[in-house]
Amino acid sequence: MPIFSKFEDIRLTLAALSHSGQNPLNVHFDEIRSPVEGLVNGKPVLLFGTSNYLGMTFDADCIEAGVQMLRQAGTGTTGSRIANGTYAGHASLETQLAKFYGKRSAMVFSTGYQANLGLISALAGREDHLFIDADSHASIYDASRLSGAEIIRFRHNDAGDLARRIGRLKNKPGCRIIVTEGIYSMLGDTAPLREIAAVKRATGSYLIVDEAHSMGVLGAHGRGLCEAAGVEEDIDFVVGTFSKSLGAVGGFAVSDLPGFDLLRVAARPYMFTASLPPSIVASVSAALNRIQNDPSLGARVRANGQRFYQGLARAGFALGPQPNPVVAVKMPDRDTAVTFWKLLLEEGVYLNLAIPPATPSSLALLRASVNAVHTDEQIDCAIAAIRRVGARLGIIAPKPAKQAAKSLEKLALPAE
Amino acid sequence: MAQKLDDIAEQVIGVLAGMIQAGAPITEATRIARDLGLDSVAIMDFVMELEERFDISIPLDQIADVETVGDLSIAVEALVRDAA
Repeated sequence: MPIFSKFEDIRLTLAALSHSGQNPLNVHFDEIRSPVEGLVNGKPVLLFGTSNYLGMTFDADCIEAGVQMLRQAGTGTTGSRIANGTYAGHASLETQLAKFYGKRSAMVFSTGYQANLGLISALAGREDHLFIDADSHASIYDASRLSGAEIIRFRHNDAGDLARRIGRLKNKPGCRIIVTEGIYSMLGDTAPLREIAAVKRATGSYLIVDEAHSMGVLGAHGRGLCEAAGVEEDIDFVVGTFSKSLGAVGGFAVSDLPGFDLLRVAARPYMFTASLPPSIVASVSAALNRIQNDPSLGARVRANGQRFYQGLARAGFALGPQPNPVVAVKMPDRDTAVTFWKLLLEEGVYLNLAIPPATPSSLALLRASVNAVHTDEQIDCAIAAIRRVGARLGIIAPKPAKQAAKSLEKLALPAE
Repeated sequence: MAQKLDDIAEQVIGVLAGMIQAGAPITEATRIARDLGLDSVAIMDFVMELEERFDISIPLDQIADVETVGDLSIAVEALVRDAA
């Protein structure tokens, strides 16, 4: 099959990952029982790798709104907004999003990936210059390539490097467009947004912030890093997703710029794909209401992130640089990371394995995320399980006997 | 001050040699990904080292066209000349 020969390296990697049982890149859940509990191979597992930051997937209001709309408007729109028209729900969700962010308008996309693809590829023309963080999500890289603009990467979270690179352009024509993220999904660190906003102002650039992992998580009102850093006025475009804090699927972009709505007939990933089903739109709208009416959701996920991060730090693990709800545990190498991940699943804890080339600096990581509905007990359970496996593999020192974990039976985890 | 292509190639080889395990000698004909076994992330880190050393930015679409050390040296030389 010569057409697949280009994937030989990937095939070998997959074969190695599957070698001893469960392939970490292909987990099958028999059942998802709640935002924090699932069933894998007939065995209950605690979910610590879902990016379901507010636990919204099982929120009663969201489910009810979705079910009602499913009955009322059917299962799908069967086409794009351009061809099949805008449904009332699409328009009202866009109004709701714009109001939430205090911006003039919003556009809803069918996935978060497409939001970046549509916004960035349409905004940046061939004469323009895109400055993207080196650790940007794949959707930002793909969007940049699709744009045809000149793409320049700056060192991860380094506003000085960004300024130098913009400066090198001197008087070259074309817009300068900076793209950064709120929380970075691999290491859980946040962008130095005040410094980046200062560079944007000083250089007359445009600034796009992808809040996929920070919407509902950061900021007193859940408006992400832009709110937390106090720079919302400097942000030209906020991009986000409905598939994490809002518990469904879809993406969006908001902006104050007057020409923004022209993107509806310029952004191909918006124009040439089916719009979101009405039931999804309804559940997303209900989820956004929940965030607006209950600021404690964000406070809880941040507190849970602190508890999880500090617990693992005290256990002696090397972690990402900041305590956020995304917590990366650094592994000495890929094979250890794979073994660790498998043992942890056997212990009843599911999180994500992240290995090169999907990771920055070729790191092998166990990538965990907590959410607002994890209990302290579940978090402590997961920490204890990670500690046990870490000690077994010699990554951290064994835990002193007097601190041995209490029975974990009721959480469906094997006792020590 | 413009730099000669040979000087640039020598410096590119020097930076690359510092990043990989000692092995076969690196020449202008060395294919960066295939011969040195660098993954895409390692290549991007290497490119950033070069960018800092020569005070240039190498656009991503130009990197896609690069296969050998010689290709990269030519791209760097053009960018350095452009910036002068």
